Amino acid sequence: MRRGITATALAATLALGATACGDDGEPASGKSAGGELSGTVTWWDTSTVGSEDKVFKKLAEDFETKHPKVDVKYVNVPFGEAQNKFKNAAQSGSGAPDVIRSEVAWTPEFADLGYLAPLDGTPALKNGADFLAQAAASTEYNGKTYAVPQVIDSMGVFYNKKIFKAAGVEVPTTVAELKDVSKTITQKTGKTGLYLRGDDAYWFLSFLYGEGGNLVDAESKTVTVDNAAGVKAMTVVKDLVDSGAAKTDATDGWENMQSAFKDGKVAMMINGPWAVTDTYGGAEFKDDKANLGIAPVPAGSVAQGSPQGGHNLAVYAGSPNLDAAYAFTEYMTSVESQAEVARELSLLPTRTSAYALPGVADNEIVGFFKPVVDKAVERPWIPETGSLFAPLVTEYTKVLTGQTTPEKGVGATGDAYRELLKGWK
Amino acid sequence: MAGPGAVRGGAMGSGAAGPGGPPVSVRLRRGLATHWYAWAMVAPVVAVIGVIIGYPLVRGVYLSLTDANERNVARSIGVNHLPATYEFVGLDNYADALTGDQFLATLGWTLVWTVSCVTVTFGLGLALANILNRRIAGRSVYRMLLILPWAVPGFVSVFAWRFLYNEDRGFLNRLLAGGGIDAVPWLNDPGWAKFSVIAVNVWLGVPFMMVALLGGLQSIPGEMYEAAEMDGAGPWQRFRHITMPGLRSVSTTVILLSTIWTFNMFPVIFLLTRGGPGEATQILVTQAYKFSFEISPRDFAQSSTWGVLILVLLMAFAAVYRRVLRTQGDTW
Repeated sequence: MRRGITATALAATLALGATACGDDGEPASGKSAGGELSGTVTWWDTSTVGSEDKVFKKLAEDFETKHPKVDVKYVNVPFGEAQNKFKNAAQSGSGAPDVIRSEVAWTPEFADLGYLAPLDGTPALKNGADFLAQAAASTEYNGKTYAVPQVIDSMGVFYNKKIFKAAGVEVPTTVAELKDVSKTITQKTGKTGLYLRGDDAYWFLSFLYGEGGNLVDAESKTVTVDNAAGVKAMTVVKDLVDSGAAKTDATDGWENMQSAFKDGKVAMMINGPWAVTDTYGGAEFKDDKANLGIAPVPAGSVAQGSPQGGHNLAVYAGSPNLDAAYAFTEYMTSVESQAEVARELSLLPTRTSAYALPGVADNEIVGFFKPVVDKAVERPWIPETGSLFAPLVTEYTKVLTGQTTPEKGVGATGDAYRELLKGWK
Repeated sequence: MAGPGAVRGGAMGSGAAGPGGPPVSVRLRRGLATHWYAWAMVAPVVAVIGVIIGYPLVRGVYLSLTDANERNVARSIGVNHLPATYEFVGLDNYADALTGDQFLATLGWTLVWTVSCVTVTFGLGLALANILNRRIAGRSVYRMLLILPWAVPGFVSVFAWRFLYNEDRGFLNRLLAGGGIDAVPWLNDPGWAKFSVIAVNVWLGVPFMMVALLGGLQSIPGEMYEAAEMDGAGPWQRFRHITMPGLRSVSTTVILLSTIWTFNMFPVIFLLTRGGPGEATQILVTQAYKFSFEISPRDFAQSSTWGVLILVLLMAFAAVYRRVLRTQGDTW
């Protein structure tokens, strides 16, 4: 008899469980009867710690004043780790945030893996026509929108005006000039001309574009990194390092670059708007912000171009509190929030209307980078875009440290790409 | 005593019935009836080991026979469950790994890394143990200080070393600059990076060697040295003919352990260089980690293939090592 009761109870539990699983259509909502949002929203931010994170944390937590019943949990995950950390959490279904600041190249990949909630028709996507077309492009995948653009960026040359004056040189506009200018700077001041990151292949892109190359051509489904332009670009960066015009590191590149530039040990670095606030905190710029000059990246022998980057906010498909997550995403990407971020951190808004607002319209950094972004080289928004850097950075570092030749380096990268992109030429 | 009973019951359960004995099923039943208590006692341990070692191991071996990657494994995203769609591919992954040059090149450096780390660590540990086994002033202070690298959590020491090695801002290069020597690219040059990771691993490994060997030294009776001295044996002869044989059982064990640990020393490589520059310091485990967690789409199949190959290599090493020792008359 006893056994019979246990069996019945077990069957009942199973049946209940099955019903619960069947309710896929209805998300566990954080909305109370009156339509007021409640519950917790965990946001993974990837902004630079020590400068940008404070502003984003405050902005995120201000959401609580609008929606007092919502508890915003701000978590800063280092940019370099966020992609893998999110994948781990999203795949296992535990520990993932409700909202993630997803780099533009990660977004199609996360969407392809099924980790992101489609946002069309949800409150997260408000006034979509206001977004810059370039920024919106990376949020779309297979005809659906999976993220909302938060900031957009590109790269330029950051230079130390005092060092340039002491050496009596002008800002270089081509790679050839860059080499000469660096030489003069080293001769006159004993400092190194350029810091070139050797541990992150993103910093290689403007040289690749400068030689007329690209990683892949998505339209013709061709791998292009190992063509003549790719070889030339690798030769160019290797020459910059070998000739002493640039210094580099195989590890800790970001910290070394920032400290070398902030302390005035190098005269130039290639960087984006995300580095501005951190750079202003350095010894050379703290009391003299005007000492920092920004110019377009030097042109190669064929063209001039820098990669278009940026960040989106995406909602995790498994979030137990989708309604609050949508509202939070909308709030963080609203015109007011974007203008606030632009004023505080000089990061570029993704909404056209934000550029007209006071504090944004007259922001010098934003004013410099906006035309750069307009002309920036757009990357193919395929799921594999986020996977293209891992094979490239290994070979890039090998080339810079003399372990392989430019030809072999791009060749090995191309082979890895063809394995990744099945059926591409 | 659950232990002996369990072992006997296990032997019966495995069906190794001798000729002429009762049938296996009868023996099994009898074994269970006699030793049910022992079985009950070891059951939790067996279950726990099965869950934390057995399952991952079997799963790893299984994944290495498939083409599993990030895009085709089962995923549960909130309420949505995507089923697994990877397929069984047999031994293809092993064929790829063993015929490609990446595995063999990585294995080559892993062997260099293991042999140099273990040799240097053992040599230094032995020297320090011998020094500290004498009566010298402040002996206990030295012993404490030398154990320090072991007492600090590994990742903390490795990070500290990473700061020391920094080419521009690191302490080591400032020290060298003080002596008028050019900055050394500790982690930026492939050759120097190899040297640097070995140096850190030796630094981390010496305390263990020293403590183990010191214990071995103290178990050698002092009378033997006295007797040898009476017979006119010099210091080198005493070391060669008393100390070395006396340390034999301890040193064989620590060398085996140290080899296995070093072969799989993930944190030192990963936290210092991440296998770089390029892939200059990548050992087998860090490369297997890279397949599984750093590249995308994550290649779980290849990663587990490398993991199984590491296991096989280490088991083969342990077996050969044991056999060699046994032929030399050790009952280990």
